[in-house]
Amino acid sequence: MQKSVTAPDLRRSGRFRKELPFHLMLLPGVIIVFIYMYIPLSGLIIAFQKFVPAKGLFGNQKWIGLDNFIYLYKLPGAISALRNTVIIAFFKIVLHLIIPITVSILLNEIRNAGFRRTAQTLIYLPHFLSWIILGGILIDILSPNGGFVNQILGLFGVEPIFFLGSNDHFRFTLIFTDVWKEFGFNTIVYLAAITNIDPNQYEAATIDGANRFQRMLYVTLPNMRMIIVLMMVLSLGNVLNAGFDQVFNLYSKQVYSTGDILDTFIYRIGLLDAQFGVATAMGMFKSVVSTLFISISYYCAYKFADYRIF
Amino acid sequence: MVESKHWSSRLFNVLNYFIIGFLALSCLVPLIHVFAISLSSSSAATGGMVTLWPVDFTLESYAYVARRAAFWKAMGISVLRVLVGVGLNMFFCILCAYPLSKEKDQFRHRTVYSWYFFLTMLVSGGLIPLYMVIRMTGLMGTFWALVIPGAVPVYNIILLLNFFRQTPRELEDAAIIDGASQWRIMWQVYVPTSTAALATVALLSTVYHWNEWFNGILYMNTPDQYPLQSYLRTIVIDMKLTNMGANDWQALVLVSDKTIKCAQIFLASIPILLVYPFLQRYFVKGMVLGSVKG
Repeated sequence: MQKSVTAPDLRRSGRFRKELPFHLMLLPGVIIVFIYMYIPLSGLIIAFQKFVPAKGLFGNQKWIGLDNFIYLYKLPGAISALRNTVIIAFFKIVLHLIIPITVSILLNEIRNAGFRRTAQTLIYLPHFLSWIILGGILIDILSPNGGFVNQILGLFGVEPIFFLGSNDHFRFTLIFTDVWKEFGFNTIVYLAAITNIDPNQYEAATIDGANRFQRMLYVTLPNMRMIIVLMMVLSLGNVLNAGFDQVFNLYSKQVYSTGDILDTFIYRIGLLDAQFGVATAMGMFKSVVSTLFISISYYCAYKFADYRIF
Repeated sequence: MVESKHWSSRLFNVLNYFIIGFLALSCLVPLIHVFAISLSSSSAATGGMVTLWPVDFTLESYAYVARRAAFWKAMGISVLRVLVGVGLNMFFCILCAYPLSKEKDQFRHRTVYSWYFFLTMLVSGGLIPLYMVIRMTGLMGTFWALVIPGAVPVYNIILLLNFFRQTPRELEDAAIIDGASQWRIMWQVYVPTSTAALATVALLSTVYHWNEWFNGILYMNTPDQYPLQSYLRTIVIDMKLTNMGANDWQALVLVSDKTIKCAQIFLASIPILLVYPFLQRYFVKGMVLGSVKG
């Protein structure tokens, strides 16, 4: 565009001067990212050391090869944390797709604009509350001793359930409450896709004799195909993200066997037991696997949905 | 659209309003429950008699919280954190997103820089190495540990740069002909035409800083340095009474722990409740832009 305006020789000498402001603008951000993202990244070497914090991140530490990883592999809690992470994350990923898609289609069928808008505003609400606030609320209303939910279940003759303290219910509670927190907010992208559907398609379908359900099934849903595939692919990157904030604020010792996840395990072993090397080894394992999945997901999103992040 | 008068369609309508109404209420009811408890007498709250309406209405718990210095100190730290943190986020966000939004013919190294920032979304050093770096750079135990390490919000930068790219290039070309520098073009052409995206980014960053609690617990030395959410965690989640001094025990006779907790939970949610409904159209726009960018 407009390149012909500038003479070639002028362009050559003036180009750096012209681009200098861009470099200067980026400089502060580049420095901060270097210090707080890239230096910690190189700090992953801790995973191969018998790390003594007092000697510092790049101090003269003792190298022990893969000992930290071998130690982890033999640690019963670590394997169980990995299993819990994958199970919890898997169900969250699946339900975080299905529920918002369904709700957005249902919301689109609501003709009363005031009702629809109010409902939308309300279902976005939990997304904006922290897991501290929601944790406090859930601990109270899920309590087996007269908690709100157990009171209601009691009306139907159900015995009090210890949602947060029993290994039979903890994972279910985690998955359910997380889906409850985010389903509303996750409808946003799907609703946007629905709004973009050409109204003529609905009219044509109606003329062809399609009833309301057929229109939902054969017009609305197929038009959401792209965004559904995209969200599906992008959510792959969460295979090892079971939700630290949530689990950390809701779990307790008695549900470690079903509810302890990699992130909470790393926190305890690293900062409470001060085994920095072992914790970093586990963090590195998580990071490598996640990076692999995220990269694959971005590549697929780019290939199949022409998704470009910048 | 033509509305079918068929009975199945009508039944569906009724069911649909019921389902959506139920879902919407399920998101509101827990907060109302907490609010009702905070306004009830301690005996009613402890006895589990309160559902959605206060029982034995009293403002005792709020009076107690009002006198509780620790709560207001934490609130103050959170407010300061939001102001400084969001300010820093916006500063870095605009400064980074603008050059990255340029086409390659204008800024040759755009791709290199983009990858430099984008890579941090793919890989991370994790908890312990970052903890060590915070210690090395002397931020441990200071307010700055809450705002500096996350000062460059890469996700928001990508959101904003995609928005900047939609600004017609003619605007910039005209400004260049008028002799404007890139700094002025950024500040006087791009920023004013991107208020929706900037509002989105500011909202995301405000919610993040208001709700963030882990860094407070991790990087602060003593609980009196905690921002509000970290402070709340110690009383709501840890369920310990350690934060109370000897004098508080008298008040405790009047006000049960439960009503105080609920009063603080509710007070901490108020800023969010006030802000998010009015900024809805901004974040809806922003989220859509971020995820559907084709």
